[in-house]
Amino acid sequence: MSSQDKKDREQITTKIWREEAEPDNPFAATASYCAGYDVYGDLLGKVSFIEYLWLLFKLDPPSKAQVRTLEGLAVALANPGPRDASVRGAMNAGVGGSTHAAALIASISIGAGNLGGAREVFTAMQYWQQCGTDIDSWINIIKNPPLYDTGDVWPEMEHTPGFDPNGASCPKPVRQLLNHLANIEHNDELIWLQSNRLLLEQQAQSPLSFSGIAAATFFTLDFKPEEAEMLFLLLRLPGAAAHALEQERMGWNRYPFFGAGLTLTDDPGPSTKK
Amino acid sequence: MNTQNNTSLTGPELLSHYEDNWQTAMGAWFPAERVVLRGKDLFTELNDYSWMEYILFAVTGKHNPRLAKIIEGLSLLTTSYPDPRLWNNRIAALAGTTRSTGALAVSAGVAASEATIYGLKPIKGALNFLYQAAEKKKQGISIEAIVKEELKAKRCISGYGRPLTDEDERIAPGLRFLAKMDADKGEYLKLAFEIEDYLKGTRYKFKMNIAAFNAATAADAGMTADEYYHTSTIAFIGGILPSHLSTLSKPEGTFYPLSVDRINSTSVTKRSWVN
Repeated sequence: MSSQDKKDREQITTKIWREEAEPDNPFAATASYCAGYDVYGDLLGKVSFIEYLWLLFKLDPPSKAQVRTLEGLAVALANPGPRDASVRGAMNAGVGGSTHAAALIASISIGAGNLGGAREVFTAMQYWQQCGTDIDSWINIIKNPPLYDTGDVWPEMEHTPGFDPNGASCPKPVRQLLNHLANIEHNDELIWLQSNRLLLEQQAQSPLSFSGIAAATFFTLDFKPEEAEMLFLLLRLPGAAAHALEQERMGWNRYPFFGAGLTLTDDPGPSTKK
Repeated sequence: MNTQNNTSLTGPELLSHYEDNWQTAMGAWFPAERVVLRGKDLFTELNDYSWMEYILFAVTGKHNPRLAKIIEGLSLLTTSYPDPRLWNNRIAALAGTTRSTGALAVSAGVAASEATIYGLKPIKGALNFLYQAAEKKKQGISIEAIVKEELKAKRCISGYGRPLTDEDERIAPGLRFLAKMDADKGEYLKLAFEIEDYLKGTRYKFKMNIAAFNAATAADAGMTADEYYHTSTIAFIGGILPSHLSTLSKPEGTFYPLSVDRINSTSVTKRSWVN
C-alpha cells in the first residue's frame, strides 16, 4: 500500500485513546494510553477500577472526594436485588439456559426505562440542569413537566423522574445512601437534596428513589445526562450477572412462573373446531 | 372485561393488588391445550394468518391482510439491505466475525436500529410529523410555515434528508409496489410529496427519504404512530441476518480489521499517574 493510500484510509478519531503498534504486527498494540496514561505500563497496579472508570469518561483524574462519591454510588447500584425488574430479566435468561450475554442484555433493556431505569436518570439529570438547587424551579417543573414529544421512541414519563410512583415513605436504604453521599465533602447538591427531600416528595407525591439519588450524584460530579445514563446502565450489571448465574444453576422449576397468576379476560374458551 | 385499569389504588396497595394477579385481554397459553391472542384461538382461528398478519393483529387488534401485505412489501423493499457496512447491520457482521451467536447478532442489530440518523426514530418521528402537518394544513397553515416551525423546534424534518446521499433510491420501487397494491393515491402520501416539493426549493435542499414515504403509507392506512413504531421494530431483520451470515463464512476476525495506525488520537500527551 502506498503512503498516499495509507493517508486516505478512514480513521477512528478519539480523544480517549492512543496506541503504538508492535514492531511485528500493525494490528496489535505494544502500548495503549488512556487520556495520556500508559494503561498496562503505568495505570495497572496503581489505579482503582473507579478511578479508571472516571478517567475514561472525564479524561482527567478524579479528586479523592469524587472517587469516594462515585465508589459509594457504584456499591449502592451494583445489585438492585432479585425483586428488581432488571435483575429479574437477567434471571429469566438464567433459568431458561439462555446465553450469558442475553442475561445482561435483558438487564440492560429492562433497566433502561423510565421507571427506575437509566432513562429516568437521564430525564432527572435534565431537571437538575434546569433547576439546580432552586426549590421554586423544582416545584414548578414537578407541577409543569416538559411537554412530551409524541414522535419520540421513549414512552412518556408517567411520574416525576427520580421519585417512586409506587412508593409509600422513602425507604431506609435510599436515605442511608443519601446520608452517606451528602457527608462526603463538596457534594453540595446532595446536602441540598437531603434538606429539601421531604418538600420535594410532597410535591411529587411520591418518595425519592435510588434513580433520583443517582441523578443528583451524577449532577454533583458534573457528568452529562447521557454519561449518567450510560454509567447507571453499567453500574447495575454486577448483581444481574450474579443472580442470573445463581438461578441458572438452580433451574426453572425453583423460580416463579406465576402459574396461577394470569387471568385471560378475553377468552373464547376451548374450541369445538377440529 | 379488564378491571385492573380502573383501580383507584396507589402505592403499595396498588402493587399488592397486582401481586400474582395479571389480568389481560392480550393473550395466554393454556398448557397442553390451547393458545389465545386477543380473544382468538391460535390453532383454530389464527392458524391461516400470515406471519405479518399475526404481528399486525397483535399490535392493532385488527385482521388486515392488505395492510400486512403492504408492510411486508415495504419492509422487503426499503429496510432489508444486506450491506454489512450499514451501522446496524455492521453490528451483526462484527458479531459474526467474533463468532458470537446469531440471536445475539440479530438482537443487537435490532436494538441499534432504533437510531436517530436512520431507523426507528425517523420512522416514528416522520409519522408523527405528517399527522401534525396534516392537522395544521387543515387549519389553513401553509406548508412553508409548517416546515419552518418544525425546523425551528427540532432543527430537522423527520423523513427528509439522508446521510451519505441525498437521493433515496427506494422511493421509485416503493411507488411501483404501492401502485400494484392500489395504495399510491393516499392523502398523506400526497402531503409527503408536497413537503418535499417545498423543501427542494429551500437552502436545505432536503429530499424525502423512505421514512416519510413509509410513514405516509402507514398514515393512509390509519395506523397510529405507536402501532407503526411497534410493527417497524422487526423491519430491519432482513438486512441484519445476511450481514451476520456474510462474516460467519469468512475466517474469524477478518471483517474490516483495523491496524493501530487507523486510530487518529487527539489525546493529550503522555503523562504519569500520581496516587
